[in-house]
Amino acid sequence: MNLQEAVRIALRGLRANRLRSVLTMLGIIIGVAAVILLVAIGNGVQSSVNEKIQPLANLITIVPSAGNVPGGAPPKDLVDADVAALQEPAMSHDIAAVIPATSGKALTETDSYRFRATVIGSTDRWLDLNNGDMAAGSFFDDAQVRSTARVVVLGPSVASYLFGNDPAAALSHTVRINRQTFRVIGVMQSVGEPGDSVAVMPLNTARRYIFGGGDKVNQIIVQASQASAVPAAEDDVIRVLSDRHKIKDTANRDFEVQSLRSRLDTFNQILRILTLFTAAVAAISLFVGAIGVLNIMLVSVTERTREIGIRKAIGATRRAILEQFLIESLVLAGLGGFIGIGVGVGLSILGSILAPALGPTFATFAPAVTIPSVVLSFAISLVIGLVAGGYPANRAARLRPIEALRYQ
Amino acid sequence: MIQLENVSKVYRMGKVEVPALSGVDLTIDDGELVAIMGPSGSGKTTLMNILGCLDVPTSGRYLLDGTDASRLSDNRLAKIRSRKIGFIFQSFNLVARTSAVRNVELPLVYAGVHARRNPARHALAQVGLSDREKFMPNELSGGQQQRVAIARALINDPTLLLADEPTGNLDTASSAEILKLLGALNDAGRTVVIITHEEEVAGFAKRVVRMRDGRIESDRVQRSRTEVTA
Repeated sequence: MNLQEAVRIALRGLRANRLRSVLTMLGIIIGVAAVILLVAIGNGVQSSVNEKIQPLANLITIVPSAGNVPGGAPPKDLVDADVAALQEPAMSHDIAAVIPATSGKALTETDSYRFRATVIGSTDRWLDLNNGDMAAGSFFDDAQVRSTARVVVLGPSVASYLFGNDPAAALSHTVRINRQTFRVIGVMQSVGEPGDSVAVMPLNTARRYIFGGGDKVNQIIVQASQASAVPAAEDDVIRVLSDRHKIKDTANRDFEVQSLRSRLDTFNQILRILTLFTAAVAAISLFVGAIGVLNIMLVSVTERTREIGIRKAIGATRRAILEQFLIESLVLAGLGGFIGIGVGVGLSILGSILAPALGPTFATFAPAVTIPSVVLSFAISLVIGLVAGGYPANRAARLRPIEALRYQ
Repeated sequence: MIQLENVSKVYRMGKVEVPALSGVDLTIDDGELVAIMGPSGSGKTTLMNILGCLDVPTSGRYLLDGTDASRLSDNRLAKIRSRKIGFIFQSFNLVARTSAVRNVELPLVYAGVHARRNPARHALAQVGLSDREKFMPNELSGGQQQRVAIARALINDPTLLLADEPTGNLDTASSAEILKLLGALNDAGRTVVIITHEEEVAGFAKRVVRMRDGRIESDRVQRSRTEVTA
């Protein structure tokens, strides 16, 4: 008997019990669709978060940290000379840019309103490195940094609190910070709190008028040439600064190096585990579907005992009977898997269409169907067909024709 | 030619051994029309199972067309059934939800024959059912179903046509039709063995074998056959 004929006999068997076949398939359909959809949602969340964080992933932040060895040398501050050393191109080819920053809370006021903002003094590259954008006006430039210009760029929360919701309304007005007057030259776009409650000005302007003189910085931002170069750049930073601060024991280190990259990796790892876990939960419904197929195949074999006897009497071999029922359950599970893939992919696409309607948080969220999850869940449904069909098919094949013919 | 040599069959029912056939010798030549008769429990069904290669004897030999069919595996028995035996059952035993012509094709499917439709049509024509090819079994009368079963039994050109109470579920007119058809097939040279307990059916055979308690009680050729009138 050839395969084509076996498939035709199997299909006729399934069609004969259409409702039952569809209900059995439903178990597999739901299982496969759930696996595909949940994996797609997990991937969607991951890529949506990565998309937001990726531009910042190549940033390394260095802050001073108090030495934790009692009786040791007092910790050295981070100073301009440290920044200059890191900026030395010979020191590292994994570092693309280095900018210093000082910061502190200060009262920012107009005649009518006051707001406690985080004042940041830095260079003209600050906006660029922090992946910010302007809502109105412009960021200060290199000339203004050199001339210690009394200009300030406001975060959107500060601007709207002091000048109202239109960012342009703040331009060319002055604000008093620490009782000193600064001209507002720009308002930044929102990046979310606490990043929106800032007032950014040139480094030396901040030192002269707000934080007092000196060459201290309380943050150095290092941009690695690319996200994958972050670990190498971190090593270079630690080497250069340890050398300058004369630190031989890592326990005595008086600065701390942080990067988003490692946190992003941790986050991704957690999310991957979570996705696999939810997929595993969905796979339970696939397992239940498999039991459904097994159950129906057993019923089908019992119901058709007499038919099996007839087929054997007119020359069907064990193998022919085995094939008939195995193909029947393979078609049942395979077709279920196929439809399940369609439903899962369809729901994922529907999700990516509907997600933006849920609000700006979901704007970049789109469930991403992955090929491995599709291939794997289809393969699993075929395995289900093979395993759940194997036992009943084998039972059918082993039936003795005399007894099968006598079965009522 | 069919030869049974000292064939015995013992069934095990738990720990008890029940003899169904004890030392049966029987030879049926090509072209014979034999009726096997006997009360229930006489062993005629066991004899039919062995003749039809549905079961193997406990001891003794069964030669079918020179092939020893008494010690074969399930698989080989299925092949022999496929090539050499055509079954006709009391309850027709057509495969449900499968059209007449597809039912007739089935033995060819299991024999691995690809060109099936034309032989199946031809076989249906032989039993006078050309106009019922696409009918499902439940759309056919009992007599028609049995004729489809006969067409199915004939399609592989079997050595032996084995009919188990072929008229048991039919009314008188249909019974006569079926017997007439079997008679015609026998006239055309086909070997036919009918298992029955009806004297009328036996009366139409050329040779009658009577069984009792697993043995052959009598085996005689009938000179005066009953004429079957439809």
